[in-house]
Amino acid sequence: MSGIVVIGAGQAAGQAAASLRQEGYEGEVTLLGDEAQAPYQRPPLSKAYLSGDIGMDRVLVRPENFYPDKNINLKTNTRVASIDRDNKSVTTESGETYEYEKLLIATGSSPRILNIPGSDLEGIHYLRTIDDVDGIRGAFEKAGKICIVGGGYIGLEVAAVAKKAGLDVTVVEAMDRILQRVTTPEMSDFYHNLHTGRGVNIMVNTGVDGFEGDGEVSAVLCGDTKVEADLVIVGIGIIPNVALAEAAGLECDNGIVVNDHCQTSDPDIYAAGDCTNHPNPIMDRRLRLESVPNAMGQARTACSNMLGGDKVYAEVPWFWSDQYELKLQMVGFSADGDSSVVRGDKDANQFAVFYLKEGKVVAVDAVNSPKEFMVCKQLYGKPADAAALADPETELKSLLG
Amino acid sequence: MPTVKFIEFNGTEHNVEANNGESIMVAATSNLIPGIDADCGGECSCATCHVLIDAEWRAKLEPSTDTEESMLDLNPDRTEDSRLSCQIIVSDAIEGIKINLPEFQY
Repeated sequence: MSGIVVIGAGQAAGQAAASLRQEGYEGEVTLLGDEAQAPYQRPPLSKAYLSGDIGMDRVLVRPENFYPDKNINLKTNTRVASIDRDNKSVTTESGETYEYEKLLIATGSSPRILNIPGSDLEGIHYLRTIDDVDGIRGAFEKAGKICIVGGGYIGLEVAAVAKKAGLDVTVVEAMDRILQRVTTPEMSDFYHNLHTGRGVNIMVNTGVDGFEGDGEVSAVLCGDTKVEADLVIVGIGIIPNVALAEAAGLECDNGIVVNDHCQTSDPDIYAAGDCTNHPNPIMDRRLRLESVPNAMGQARTACSNMLGGDKVYAEVPWFWSDQYELKLQMVGFSADGDSSVVRGDKDANQFAVFYLKEGKVVAVDAVNSPKEFMVCKQLYGKPADAAALADPETELKSLLG
Repeated sequence: MPTVKFIEFNGTEHNVEANNGESIMVAATSNLIPGIDADCGGECSCATCHVLIDAEWRAKLEPSTDTEESMLDLNPDRTEDSRLSCQIIVSDAIEGIKINLPEFQY
């Protein structure tokens, strides 16, 4: 058996299966995924899937029958144990070997795990897989008090869903503000006030030392403070899954190192998605992204190149987060800016913060402002007049020149 | 299972059997229709599932929301036929609908 083997069956892998067939590839395509499900979308897991607004059918990347219909060999519950580059094959933990002409590594990332006293108690959850969320959904119905460790996007999205479900919600954040790693103090303040206004208790500058409970968790221990909780969600970041690549001797450095063609240090092996460290020619630096558009885009680029193409992956990163009725859409990295300008009305929960560097637009955080989000995608890297951006009378179209 | 007819900008036609209740975007991606990337998975967040639908068929659809309009508005290539296919739900009422795929999205 030969052809193209994909390690992983997440969004990048699902997209790769589709892209390979779309590009006319008729050889064998095998997806090896360690989860039980066909490739599914992760973003809804902490949003509409957690709340129960949508079910499994709406989160699948492609319907289940897509894979047999398109002659994709999808192996679920299959963990790869090793990559043998000399023989161009991968071996699974159950001992099956798959030979490849080209290999795509799409192993994604895993939640950072807390290893502190009590972390093995029942009722402490992470949120990465659909199985994780099914467990959390079950616990939601019984829980009264939920404590979320980590005030990042995942944690805050869960806080919003939990509050709507009627739970008593506390968010514990080790840094001096929520979203510290990913946004500016201005946006942190906005989201802090949003959540506290909805009745969420946020504790910043608060590290977690351990968990208390008798079999099941009953409290989160933070120094002298004890936060009562019968359900705990830990969302303190993710780490790229590089172990297989590293063991195979591929270059890794905060992710699997790929070139602008999504190719690793082995020319027959490509990588896509959260697990990669890739160059961004638009930003002129290397990035490791935790992002769906990046997973999809890299998968497309990698597939095209595995089939003999010459495609460069060059996209401005973008992200989104849903909390309550607010949709936050982001382009670029706000930390790149040396100044910022607000357009819209924060009190009405409809505004965008544009970030400029030396007069050029480098990022936007747009709250319920899809137009501002779209304009930033087009304005990225171009000069813009701050006063014109801020003025609601300025037609955004006029800024595009 | 209504039929949806996707027509590429070069005239190539794809007739697909779509399921009631799913979006036109899902019908497209499930059938490997080219030019529909749908990066956000149907969240109306990315505008990469842009399609063109003529007035006759458009009249049979629910009108676009403000969010959809905002996502489309800044695209210099948008026309009055423009819609985001993730926002259009397949039903028997649109059996045979013709969906044109814009060249700029390839």
